Amino acid sequence: MRLEVVDAEKCVGCQSCMFACTRIHKDTGLSKTCIGIRSAGGMQRGFMVITCIACEDPPCARVCPENALLVRKVGGVLLKKEKCIGCGTCVKACIINAIFWDEDNNKPLICFYCGYCAKYCPYGVIELRKTDIEIEKGMGVQHE
Amino acid sequence: MNKQESLSKVLYIDLAKRHFYKEIRDDLFGKYIGGAGVALQLLKEECPQGIDPYSPENPIIFSVGHLTGLFPMASKTVAMFKSPHTGNLGESHAGGRSAISIRMAGYGAIVIKGASVRPCYVAIHGDKVYFRDASTLWGMKSSITAGRFIRAKESSSGFRTIMRIGPAGEKMLPFSCVTTETFRHFGRLGLGAVFGSKKLKAVVVSGKRSLPVSEMKEYSKLYDLIFKTATESPLMKKYHEIGTPMNVLALNMSNGLPTRNLKEGTFESAEKISGEKIAEGYLGKRLACAHCPVACIHIAALREPYHDEPFFYKTTMIGYDYELLYAVGSMLGGSDVDGLLKILDRIEAYGLDCMSTGVVLAWMTEAMERGIISEKETNGLRLNWGDYPSYIEAVKMMVEQQNDFYKALSRGVDYVSSVYGGQDFALSFGGNEMPGYHTGPAAHAGWLAGARHSHLDNAGYAVDKKLMLNKELLPDELADAIIAEEIWRQILSSLVICFFAREIYTPQIVLEAMKISGLELTEEKLGRVAEEIYAEKYRFKIREGFSFNKLRIPKRIFETPSSAGLIDENYLHSLLNSIEQKINARL
Repeated sequence: MRLEVVDAEKCVGCQSCMFACTRIHKDTGLSKTCIGIRSAGGMQRGFMVITCIACEDPPCARVCPENALLVRKVGGVLLKKEKCIGCGTCVKACIINAIFWDEDNNKPLICFYCGYCAKYCPYGVIELRKTDIEIEKGMGVQHE
Repeated sequence: MNKQESLSKVLYIDLAKRHFYKEIRDDLFGKYIGGAGVALQLLKEECPQGIDPYSPENPIIFSVGHLTGLFPMASKTVAMFKSPHTGNLGESHAGGRSAISIRMAGYGAIVIKGASVRPCYVAIHGDKVYFRDASTLWGMKSSITAGRFIRAKESSSGFRTIMRIGPAGEKMLPFSCVTTETFRHFGRLGLGAVFGSKKLKAVVVSGKRSLPVSEMKEYSKLYDLIFKTATESPLMKKYHEIGTPMNVLALNMSNGLPTRNLKEGTFESAEKISGEKIAEGYLGKRLACAHCPVACIHIAALREPYHDEPFFYKTTMIGYDYELLYAVGSMLGGSDVDGLLKILDRIEAYGLDCMSTGVVLAWMTEAMERGIISEKETNGLRLNWGDYPSYIEAVKMMVEQQNDFYKALSRGVDYVSSVYGGQDFALSFGGNEMPGYHTGPAAHAGWLAGARHSHLDNAGYAVDKKLMLNKELLPDELADAIIAEEIWRQILSSLVICFFAREIYTPQIVLEAMKISGLELTEEKLGRVAEEIYAEKYRFKIREGFSFNKLRIPKRIFETPSSAGLIDENYLHSLLNSIEQKINARL
């Protein structure tokens, strides 16, 4: 299961997905969003839709000093909050900047593929899709 | 959830002292809601009576509302200042990401005071305010380029707004605008010039936080209802398909499309500049303001060859909407869409208010036609209806302030016609150039009497429709309709709800949404607040010298038949008298 950016060219930049993501985290505003819509160099260039794309061998999980990020068999990572020390190393490891930060709790915020945001995209830019991701085991990280 | 983040926090910035501080103003946000209501009170506090709009004492106030960041389409920022264009109340609204960013940075309002010694821009990242040097950006030919440099320099992409001025604002041309997110504007009444007078190139605001709601479940329920109505009901369709440019043909058909400086109310080439045609040939992208799923912003893609270099092209993305197609389209008798888009792009780069620019060019063309001015004044330039290369040249000379004539022109048609003549066809109302609705007496009365002399004050054009259906309406009845609309809009603009969403945000929905966001009022109380904000605006206007007696009514509007037929001068006067009495009764 992963959230797929179907067509970023259709994104109008309304950020309804970002607000939706915060709401599913039982919060309001933009404080808890795990998806980011930013202009691709000014609005005239369109938008980048930034969210976890469920790497097969996620660098964020690999670099975590406390093994707080578990690689899920179905794709993506799961944060074990009690293990996380809030060092932010995972944020730096994600080269597409898909790890957001929860300022209130000083922990990373990572998409967990609930698909709630997609319900609020009026233009079908994002979709929750089932994909068969075969994840190699034994990469030095714990698996779910 | 962090509930301490209250809307009542006001950020004060002093550009002269490079100092900032915050105050909790529950007094204002409780009584006047937010947005326009609160901005007006802050203006009253900060703006001394009778000051020169270019003096450092003229404050710039930005304000947002209780629903911003919580509910869709509460996405406007209200700016207030003393207008250098009219010398009176300056109020301008813009969307983009401005409102969300201000709220997410933790503020209900921002007050900018004083003037910087050298060009600067202010970056507000949450709690922190940075005073950045902008000497290098000052003097750049295009506001678009300056925006790009700031974008590259500042953090928080996707969570920020960049409000900036262009060369017109730097040079303090009285109808220059402030542009946000490339395509949205605090367009009218000269906020750009006030920025310029403070040597303030831009304001960047960013943030990301939680907002208080009374009850999460109720909140989600109401959110979904509003969101669903915005995306699925036919109410918003007109804004997101062809968009406001749909009005070109509609108004043209009813004789209400101001053409060639309102010498006519229909344009023989309206079809060519219609929203339908432009969508077909040019629409390249649609955009939305933050937290609005409607995406009413229409962007045309213009592909142009370089004539001196084979196989070299550029593609420019240019925003357009109805008011722009009227102001530099039909008003200038222009039907060449390429030319029209090119002038829009120049106006964007200079940072001018497009509506005022179109109207001054239309006046200038007619003044030349009548021999009131000649090539002697215009630096050798001959203007003819629809001739975009000459219009582009005229705008350039105006921004460069090439001679006394262009200096006068840049002050608007009221002023330039007071110097050179041609007042009868100088189409401004309360000092502000006319919008694109020659629909009947209510539209014109609405601009003359409206608090900011804008078609958005009271939608007089919609009131004219009633007149088109029933010719027997008394001026008194129209006056009531105009005032009732303007009063209700005080609530919408104090909650910074986009006026396009006014049919979704009925009083009932507004009250429910306010309750969830922590401000519980009865419908009756809401009505009283609306009345009070409305009255406060006129108290401020009168304090600054506004009087119905001083309003100049251009003769032209009585000469060209409108959608409601030829406008009777006496009828319009009775209508204005009635509005004046009704306003006075409220003060």
